[in-house]
Amino acid sequence: MTTTPSDAVLLDVKGLTKHFPVRKGAFRRVKAAVKAVDGIDLFIREGETLGLVGESGCGKTTAGRSILRLVEPTKGTIVFRSRRMAGSAGGVREMDVVNASRRELKALRRDMQIIFQDPYSSLNPRMTVGAIVGEPLLVHRMARGQERGKRVRDVLGAVGLKPEHMKRYPHEFSGGQRQRIGIARALVLEPQLVVCDEPVSALDVSIQAQVLNLLEDLQREFGLTYLFIAHNLSVVKHISNRVAVMYLGKIVELASTERLFVEPKHPYTEALVSAVPVPEPDYSVDRIILEGDVPSPIAPPAGCPFHPRCRYAIDVCSSDVPVYRDLGHEHFVACHRADELSLQPIRDVATTSKTDASA
Amino acid sequence: MSGLLRYAVQRLLLTVPMLFILVTVVFLLLRVMPGDPVSAMLGGKNVSAEVLATYRVKFGFDRPLPQQYVEYLSGIVRGDFGRSIRTNEPVLRELARKFPATVELAIFGILVSLALGFTTGLIAAVRADRPVDHAIRVFHIASFAMPLFWLGLMLQVFFAVKLGWLPVASRLSGRMAFTFKPITGLYALDAVLRWDGKALADILRHLVLPAFTLGIALTGLQGRITRASMLEVLDQDYITTARSKGLHERVVQLRHGLRNALIPIITVFGLQFAVLMGGAVLTETVFSWPGIASYLVLAIGARDYPSIQGSVVFIALFISVINLIVDLFYSVVDPRVRY
Amino acid sequence: MSRDSGAWAAADDRADRGPLRAVFSMLSRGRHALRGQHILLIGLAVVAAFILMTALATRFPSMNGYHPTLYRTAPRLQGPSASHWMGTDQLQRDVFSRILSGGRASLIVAFSGLAISLVIGSVLGWISGFAGGWLDRILSLVMDAIYSFPSMILAIVLVAMFGSGLSPMIWAVGFVYVPTYFRVTRAEVLQVRETTYVEAVRAIGAGRTRIVLRHVAPNTVSAIMAVSSFNLADAILTVASLSFLGLGLPPPTPDWGYDIQNGQKYLQSGSWWLITFPGLMIITLSLGFGLIGEGISDLVNPRRKGRKHKV
Repeated sequence: MTTTPSDAVLLDVKGLTKHFPVRKGAFRRVKAAVKAVDGIDLFIREGETLGLVGESGCGKTTAGRSILRLVEPTKGTIVFRSRRMAGSAGGVREMDVVNASRRELKALRRDMQIIFQDPYSSLNPRMTVGAIVGEPLLVHRMARGQERGKRVRDVLGAVGLKPEHMKRYPHEFSGGQRQRIGIARALVLEPQLVVCDEPVSALDVSIQAQVLNLLEDLQREFGLTYLFIAHNLSVVKHISNRVAVMYLGKIVELASTERLFVEPKHPYTEALVSAVPVPEPDYSVDRIILEGDVPSPIAPPAGCPFHPRCRYAIDVCSSDVPVYRDLGHEHFVACHRADELSLQPIRDVATTSKTDASA
Repeated sequence: MSGLLRYAVQRLLLTVPMLFILVTVVFLLLRVMPGDPVSAMLGGKNVSAEVLATYRVKFGFDRPLPQQYVEYLSGIVRGDFGRSIRTNEPVLRELARKFPATVELAIFGILVSLALGFTTGLIAAVRADRPVDHAIRVFHIASFAMPLFWLGLMLQVFFAVKLGWLPVASRLSGRMAFTFKPITGLYALDAVLRWDGKALADILRHLVLPAFTLGIALTGLQGRITRASMLEVLDQDYITTARSKGLHERVVQLRHGLRNALIPIITVFGLQFAVLMGGAVLTETVFSWPGIASYLVLAIGARDYPSIQGSVVFIALFISVINLIVDLFYSVVDPRVRY
Repeated sequence: MSRDSGAWAAADDRADRGPLRAVFSMLSRGRHALRGQHILLIGLAVVAAFILMTALATRFPSMNGYHPTLYRTAPRLQGPSASHWMGTDQLQRDVFSRILSGGRASLIVAFSGLAISLVIGSVLGWISGFAGGWLDRILSLVMDAIYSFPSMILAIVLVAMFGSGLSPMIWAVGFVYVPTYFRVTRAEVLQVRETTYVEAVRAIGAGRTRIVLRHVAPNTVSAIMAVSSFNLADAILTVASLSFLGLGLPPPTPDWGYDIQNGQKYLQSGSWWLITFPGLMIITLSLGFGLIGEGISDLVNPRRKGRKHKV
């Protein structure tokens, strides 16, 4: 599947919260708040890929940006263990991302990068590819002139582009190629952590596989750590070591990929898993269709945010917020009934045999 | 309804700081200028030091700037804009007297610009990219580039002097001026109220050239905006829907497109008023029209400092009120604005 | 033509020293698109012709054989004739020679004044749009207040206070047009600020200065250019109006607006040529700038083609 991660934790996030104030009226008074991210905990080990999935509007994109402080978190702690900042002393240096000064933040940017979803709007149309990919080196004064050209050429080669592409403009490339340019830009500083914000969602299906494979290869080659954000479980399944499922700003389940798919513990995960297509003609499954719409993040339901749409909900679900706890083997769930429910797993082609794979 | 009321109050409250800023800017501009304001006022002649000092005290220039500012502000609030040096009349009273003339001219000017600008804009949009469209666009740009004072003079030369069809200047002919008794100050309205056909004819004849001149100032702007918004509207899907319903093309364009094309014009009304006032300065001067704009020009020529200051503040107030009304009206038309 | 990527990157080092290079690259890429732009080209031609004419006339006042300011060089108040193409004035000067140099004040004041407004207005617009917060709100309020006030009145009051001559007019014009540049650049900045590529540059760690200068500002250039042309057209009219009202250059300097004011007195007696020709000059020059503005707008916002062929 993917690389074998080390045990060292690279990124440790606790209680991350981001609320966007809603302003109304001619005086722009704050009326309410969009609770985009509402207190999430996660950690990522060096070399691993953590998938982060959820529907549109669940807050996963905001979470990714908050971790990089592209969006200022309202609350919470983010700790990044940087090798680079440790310098010649070796080892790692723990950096408090939320409270980092401007200088520290700028230095941290070399270690934490992002690949954007939309290949069409994430590249400045007025800059050449070479300028775009070379700009990070300029900003951090890491290379000049000939040296810079060489580094740009190298990273472009790593993503499968040619040196002559440096002189061209983004609009001369296809979506898949532009995404490669975006990847090159993210990698040119040799970061440790890369947040992939739905990097293949805007691409044609046939290209998606190419780019995903490229990301995997790059991870192996450069020892990268990924936070892979997506709304599509099947994409995430292939590339992630562990997966976190988000709903209305909260993480409802986090586990290793295998556990999540074989033994989902949260009803929402169960529904998502049931929708993953499996390439087997005889495969049939009770596809779980969720009723109702996703509530607005301005006024999430009381108690468990998922309870209005949950087929297993009981009374306590509408009054008490479920605690996010570890059920063992680093399988985290936020559900009152996690211990008692037997939820339907995915039937992977590999695991499906002629026998029934019952829960 | 409460949403509208709330917005109205909020908008009203916003007007106050705007006015404040304008009034303050005027104050600063007229005080923080090079040279001595008093000797400039006295025509820069070689006046003795005592006379300068007397005048300085009289106009309050000897007092510290903050104090002058407070007096200035309190004067405005009380309605005391000072006295004109030229005529020794209270400035506000003179302005109030001359104000209706400018208003009447402005109203007729807007009518002209609607007739010339709005209609041509519609035509140009409906016949887009064809020769008519190009010709109209050139017309719009030409009116945009037109020096109003020159246009006024040329019209005077041609229609008044050479052809003698229309009067050269002023609001009324000599004899009429003595016999006509205004009520509101808007002469055309007054003539109707008095049921005086002869006076009305005379008044309207005097209005033709100045109103046309002033109207040209707005024609270019209105024409461009109308054309642009009409084009956008015509491209919209609901127009296509109407077409598919089988309605006659002209009906489709007129009914559906017109309503939405009017909105941008209303939006820019505040801007248009600023253009109008600027145009009025030139038009009133050329046609000897007794309005507040020509009053300002005369005041400047005579270095009548209190009049200048008073006129500018008055105009600022006027414009703020107009903008407020337009915004409120617009929020009625488009409720989205209230939020 | 492939260049060594190293040398090319070195060239890009130079490019990164400012948005000017971005402007030129945009223009050079746009050159081939200029081919169909008749309006723009006509406007440019007109303006260029005027500038040339004024420059020559200033350098060689007696270009056409007569001098614009020396008295008694011609018969008094004669209409257009073979020897005096645009007639003569009451001080016995040739009108045509005055026409040739009459645009000097207009052009100098318009360009200089506009340059001042452009710099001040745009920089304030970039800062305000990018910084946001209370600074933005206060600045916007002040600019809106000035913008809502008639520019003509503002200009004449300023000039009346500062005295006559070129400098006061330049500063007056400079002051009057600041809000337009402010609004335009601020609007563009607000739009560009939200784009993903600006976010990407932030993610790289670029500071605000770099983002504004290298990414935000260059994308505002086309809007600035379009606005500038219209402002220039307006400035020409404003200067002419100022001169007409007697607030411009003192005599005997030839100036279109002043000549029109002067010629007013002789209208009744039929000397129409004194005001007709200067006025035509004003219109034409202003029109030239207006056409440039229209042309640039068309370039930047091409209307959707094929409306007539809609399904």
